[in-house]
Amino acid sequence: MDGHRRTLSRTATAAVPIAFLALFFAWPLVAILRRSLVVDGRLDVPWGVVTGGLTRQVLWFTLWQATVSTALTLAAGLPLAWALSRFRFRGRSVVEAFVLVPFVLPTVVVATAFIALLPDGVERSVWAILLAHVFFNVAVVVRVVGAFWAGLDRRLWDAAATLGASGGQRRLRLTLPLLAPALASAASIVFLFCFTSFGVIVILGGPGYATLESEIYNQAARLFDLRTAAVLGLIQLAAVAATVLVSGRLERRLGGPRRGGQEAPRPTGRERIAVGAVVLCSVALLALPLLALVVRSLQVGDGYGFDHFTALAHETPALFVAPWHAVLNSLLFATAAAAIALAVGIPAAVAVAGGRRGLDVLLMLPLGASAALLGFGFLLAFADPPLDLRSSPWIVPLAQSLVALPFVVRALVPALRAVDIRLREAAEVLGATPGQIRRQIELPLLARPLAVAAGLAFAVALGEFGATVFVVRADWPTVPVAIFRFLGRPGEDNVGAAMALCVVLMGLVAAVALVSERVLVRGGPR
Amino acid sequence: MRALATNRRRVALGAGALVAAAVLGAGCGGSGGRPKDVVLVTHDSFAVSKDVERAFETDSGLQLRILQGGDANETLNKALLTAGDPQGDVIFGIDDSILSRALDGDLLDEYRSPELASLEPDFSNPDSHVTPIDHGEVCLNVDRGWFTSHDVPPPTSLSDLVLDRYRNLLVVENPATSSPGLAFLLATIATFGDRWESYWRGLRANGVLAVDGWEEAYTQQFSGSAGSPGKRPIVVSYASSPAAEVIFASKKPSTAPTAAVENGCYRQVEYAGILRGAHNVDGARKLIDFMLSQRFQADVPGSMFVYPVRSGVPLPEAFVTYAVVPKDPLQLPPAEIDANRDRWVARWTDIVVR
Repeated sequence: MDGHRRTLSRTATAAVPIAFLALFFAWPLVAILRRSLVVDGRLDVPWGVVTGGLTRQVLWFTLWQATVSTALTLAAGLPLAWALSRFRFRGRSVVEAFVLVPFVLPTVVVATAFIALLPDGVERSVWAILLAHVFFNVAVVVRVVGAFWAGLDRRLWDAAATLGASGGQRRLRLTLPLLAPALASAASIVFLFCFTSFGVIVILGGPGYATLESEIYNQAARLFDLRTAAVLGLIQLAAVAATVLVSGRLERRLGGPRRGGQEAPRPTGRERIAVGAVVLCSVALLALPLLALVVRSLQVGDGYGFDHFTALAHETPALFVAPWHAVLNSLLFATAAAAIALAVGIPAAVAVAGGRRGLDVLLMLPLGASAALLGFGFLLAFADPPLDLRSSPWIVPLAQSLVALPFVVRALVPALRAVDIRLREAAEVLGATPGQIRRQIELPLLARPLAVAAGLAFAVALGEFGATVFVVRADWPTVPVAIFRFLGRPGEDNVGAAMALCVVLMGLVAAVALVSERVLVRGGPR
Repeated sequence: MRALATNRRRVALGAGALVAAAVLGAGCGGSGGRPKDVVLVTHDSFAVSKDVERAFETDSGLQLRILQGGDANETLNKALLTAGDPQGDVIFGIDDSILSRALDGDLLDEYRSPELASLEPDFSNPDSHVTPIDHGEVCLNVDRGWFTSHDVPPPTSLSDLVLDRYRNLLVVENPATSSPGLAFLLATIATFGDRWESYWRGLRANGVLAVDGWEEAYTQQFSGSAGSPGKRPIVVSYASSPAAEVIFASKKPSTAPTAAVENGCYRQVEYAGILRGAHNVDGARKLIDFMLSQRFQADVPGSMFVYPVRSGVPLPEAFVTYAVVPKDPLQLPPAEIDANRDRWVARWTDIVVR
């Protein structure tokens, strides 16, 4: 294959995600910024906002809580990632599926569980915020780092042990540097999530705490001060872009040699105790708030029963359809969103891994854009035919895929980069076509990260709330939107329906994670 | 292996088809001929019984489509953002405290429904751009069980709340972010006049908890709502909330577990209006007339837990038994609210949150 054709095909690969982002991200964002900051045809930015005391206070809180949350999440997630990716034991796939559940639960729901569990003093403090962030994001560390860790060549550790390296030395000088790209990947996603955190801050922090994201929402949707909101939005975008650039630099330091199809060993001796302890503790801590929800969904009057679940079949005034329709809608939208995210994300990941660094930053930006500003932008940008999307149900999976896209790319890029270049060269020398190389060498190596990407995209879409609630039609509610509507009404039946739907959502996510793991990884040829 | 590659292609095809379908489908809607639907833009608390909705669709020959856009304030802001090129035909859910913003924003077309003549006298003569649809009263709610078991009399007025025996018992909503929260702030201003700031300092000293929204206050912090993990037995909610606790209970209790305090309630009237630039003005008028009809008005209490504005509309039994209709609810003139709202809210934030 000559160089010219290769450049051409690489440009074509990058064109798909760029066009997608230009249409569904950049355009609406420009529309709302223009509306906010252009006065009589001239750019008029209220720079006073940037240097204002409020902005400094909000920015400082946003930064430090995101940094501390990320550090805590890594600390909490790494042991579990180690146990799940380096060893084989009964129930491993169940634990892996379970870890994903907190990640997709709507924040309103988790906040309710936290308020029920936490003691009075902690309830509305910064500790509640940090704890909730760890609870939500542990899945990202376990999944992204775990998928990468599992693919690293095990013989390195054996070699190091043979050469006399102690356990501590191996962890510090071998494991950590080898994992650096995946760590950077996971840390940057967690950091961005905490940096742009909204629901947790508003509910668990209350009016005393504000992040940039919650302040943008406050200014735009509540106070309708679009100018202040737009400036804060730009600050947030810049901060996100800077984060992505820095983490991208870390990530590009090449990871260790990878081997596909290696069987994880069963833990032996002291490993057994360590793996058992890590898995049991992590699962117990993650399960506690979820159990509180299950218990509440079964509470009927003074006793227990399944009444709230059977009631999901009947229409209620809180929704315009019977609640179980919301489950169908969620599955439909999430499937479409995951399909879009994969269709756009796979070429994007290939392009990023091939050296398109600008695209990398661009792809992460949707995570950093305020949902409120983007939602307003959608209202302005997609008002007229042929793109009169703002009352079409299909705008929902489009918005969801925008949020899911970075996960697809993040899950694929480290693995794509780490495919040993010599394998490809050897195949080329032996006469394999680029298509053959992709199908027979790269894809088997990538099967697991692909499964992770698909599962994450689907789960993210399933639990997505901030953007969905902004664009969804009342007669097409998703499960998180339905939960939110039920929680907005007084009375036991409404709260019960919300809790029952939470449990259904938890079950769906766990099932999807289990299936994607089994079908794509186990069932697939090696 | 092959299966995976094919799947990927199919996924890509599917996604492409989907985007195309969305664009085409959207392109077809809205254009050509007489509009067959009428679009109602409203807040998250809007609800209507299915048979009432169908009755409108049968009578008018129009399909009713509903877009919900956050709380009342957010819904209005979205409408202001798209003023002149609106998302729908009718907006519903503008309450008094934000009414002047809607009127100043050149958002609405004038319309006087012939049904206005059938409304209670309090409501029958609104600004010509809006039509009143319902009213609700924001009142203190108390957890009766808590007060019985602790042998403390429940509060009977706003001024009781600064008493030592109600320390750490009250949860309120932030007026910057919540509609009942703002109504409650207005109630204290209407009651205490210039002394409202010192009243709130007293509440803060007495351990008031402020949260952002009604959901958190009522379903998470208030101890009286069903299944709530909350620990505070006094909350700012609605006069109709005790009825809801009975209607939605799994086993109907003989007495309501909560009660509204009849003193110090603040009245919120909710209005509808026709959005300037509506595609279906004729349908919009039909919809507003329908919202004032006997049928819709009778459905309002059971669906949205507010009260009808039409005279002679019977209330559901649970409302008669468990809910109160406060006799002399507090109200402030919209112009006064508009002139001072931002300042009041900022002062409140300084006093209670900072």
